[in-house]
Amino acid sequence: MRARLRPRFPKCTNVRAPRVMLEYVLRRILQLIPTLLFILVVVFALVRLLPGDPASAVLGDRALDADVERINRELGLDQPIPVQFVLFVKSFVTGDLGNSIALKVPVSTLILERLPVTMMLTFMAAVFAVATSVPLAFLAALRRGRATDTVIRSGFQVGLSMPVFFVGLVLLTVFGARLRWFPVGGYGEGFFDHVYHLILPSITLALSLSAVLMRNLRSAVINVLDADYVAFAESKGLRSGIILFRHILRNALISTLAIFGLSIGTLLGGAVITESVFAVPGAGRLMVDSIYGRDYPVVQGLTVALAVLVSLTFLTTDLIQAWLDPRLKK
Amino acid sequence: MTAAPALSVRNLTTTFDLGASRVAAVRDVSFDVMPGEVLGLVGESGSGKSVTLRSLTRLLPSGAEVSGQVIWQGRNLVGLAPKDLRKVRGGEISMIFQEPATALNPVLPIRVQIEENLRAHTTLDRAGRRRRSQELLDLVGIPDAARRLDEYPHQFSGGMRQRAMIAIALASAPRLLLADEPTTALDVTIQDQILNLILDLRDELGMSVVLVTHDLGVIAQTCDRMAVMYAGRIVEEGGVSPVLGHPAHAYTLGLLGSVPQAGTERTVLRSIEGTPPALSAIPPGCAFAPRCVFATDICRTRAPELVGTTEGHAAACHHSAMVRHQLGVSA
Repeated sequence: MRARLRPRFPKCTNVRAPRVMLEYVLRRILQLIPTLLFILVVVFALVRLLPGDPASAVLGDRALDADVERINRELGLDQPIPVQFVLFVKSFVTGDLGNSIALKVPVSTLILERLPVTMMLTFMAAVFAVATSVPLAFLAALRRGRATDTVIRSGFQVGLSMPVFFVGLVLLTVFGARLRWFPVGGYGEGFFDHVYHLILPSITLALSLSAVLMRNLRSAVINVLDADYVAFAESKGLRSGIILFRHILRNALISTLAIFGLSIGTLLGGAVITESVFAVPGAGRLMVDSIYGRDYPVVQGLTVALAVLVSLTFLTTDLIQAWLDPRLKK
Repeated sequence: MTAAPALSVRNLTTTFDLGASRVAAVRDVSFDVMPGEVLGLVGESGSGKSVTLRSLTRLLPSGAEVSGQVIWQGRNLVGLAPKDLRKVRGGEISMIFQEPATALNPVLPIRVQIEENLRAHTTLDRAGRRRRSQELLDLVGIPDAARRLDEYPHQFSGGMRQRAMIAIALASAPRLLLADEPTTALDVTIQDQILNLILDLRDELGMSVVLVTHDLGVIAQTCDRMAVMYAGRIVEEGGVSPVLGHPAHAYTLGLLGSVPQAGTERTVLRSIEGTPPALSAIPPGCAFAPRCVFATDICRTRAPELVGTTEGHAAACHHSAMVRHQLGVSA
């Protein structure tokens, strides 16, 4: 490690390259601001357009007018709409999102407790999806048209066509209830127990994503294999590993990465069902429960939090893409 | 021409697997390349000239099969183990492609694309590789080399990209350069610069060049010897001025007739009627016979051999005497 700190040769003579990347990163982060504002407007409007009002949800059908007025005052619903919106934005800036009507605890506490569970589930699903689809997509592309290719493709086709809840139930029955290799539900205690509890749910969630990624990457690799620069790399007498990773994989990943980024949103949506099937206490289940219970502060806060999470995922994949493909930094 | 050839190709045949059948894209091709010589391979699209070039180092898609002999430095490259072939590719025999915009990897800076070649074939250390790649860009005439090394292909103009590709191909000082239509994608003025660059580098580095083109002008300007290909075979070969001045094959004569001439009275261009045969349906006898104005019965039944007409000039045509006479009459 020590030797690496010593400069061995004059550093990169082109000062433009890193600056271009930095400018690009800053520009993309600035672009996030209008996106987030738009999200706030949409969530604010949607919650107020929903049928039913929070006060009657809390107090029931036979509430007294005075009590309804009190609740509305507490929630700031007696204010004019523009004032409500300012208060709404302010609550997200300060992080004070009010209290859950049903659970009587601060919404921010709830989100910080539940969202990491869903993030963990989504992350593990993404890892499973990438770990299965990337090598198999390569294998299928390199063996294009042969038996291996057909087996891989039809295997994933089955995965893609099965509904999440069905796959979840099958896995639960076989590996949870019958073989008892994995717990049938819950989240456990401590990091490794969390991971252990999330293995079946994340495989369930990963299935459709890995099928999409596999199909995409396979055709991307096939395209790249025919590219002149791969023939040129071969004509230079490079090792096949270098050709595979530096010339083929890197180029093929660029288009697939865009699909991957977009799929993360779908994955978070899928987490709602998966969490219900496996009784995982994540944000998805909290969201479903809060919608049924008209727990507006929680619905609002959670929707914005999920939207921000998706935006950050898009930002990250965009940045990785720009890093992989210098032509995108224009 | 008494020296030993640098490259000697004998009975090279390349077939492709088309599922149900195999077709031969190159049939029984033989030629020599002398040290320091520029050999031109000319022909229409689909004549097998590019496949011939790629077959030399077996740079072919899977399903292709090469037979015959490619003798290079005392070894037969056909059937050479992949590991040894890798040392030849890039290290001893390099290749440049038609379209530099697609042959350079778009996501890697030029520096990486040069240095990976140096890494594969030389013992230079990191600093040495950096120095050498800068020298190479200087050598091919790219100004401000130190800065441009860190740029990506899309930041180069077409001509500069082709120069960069030549720099990459020549990085490990190969003895033979295979150039597959290196100027077809470029403007005419840039074309000229690139051809002169290749000739200069040939002199400077003492390498041989095999240049594939469909452009007789490029051949006349650049090559020492030429071979005309039709339907996967060499139909005429020899020095550039004997072949272009006194073609002995009806096809070569036809090609010459379809090149516009400057300075002479305007005449109608004589294009060759019809199209080359499909590889799966090459006629018996002379493959050119269906399009040939000289064709007689023998052409349709017996394939002509490549036979010498004068010193170093050979043609595979039953009527080469008549063809040579024809040019004299029409000129």
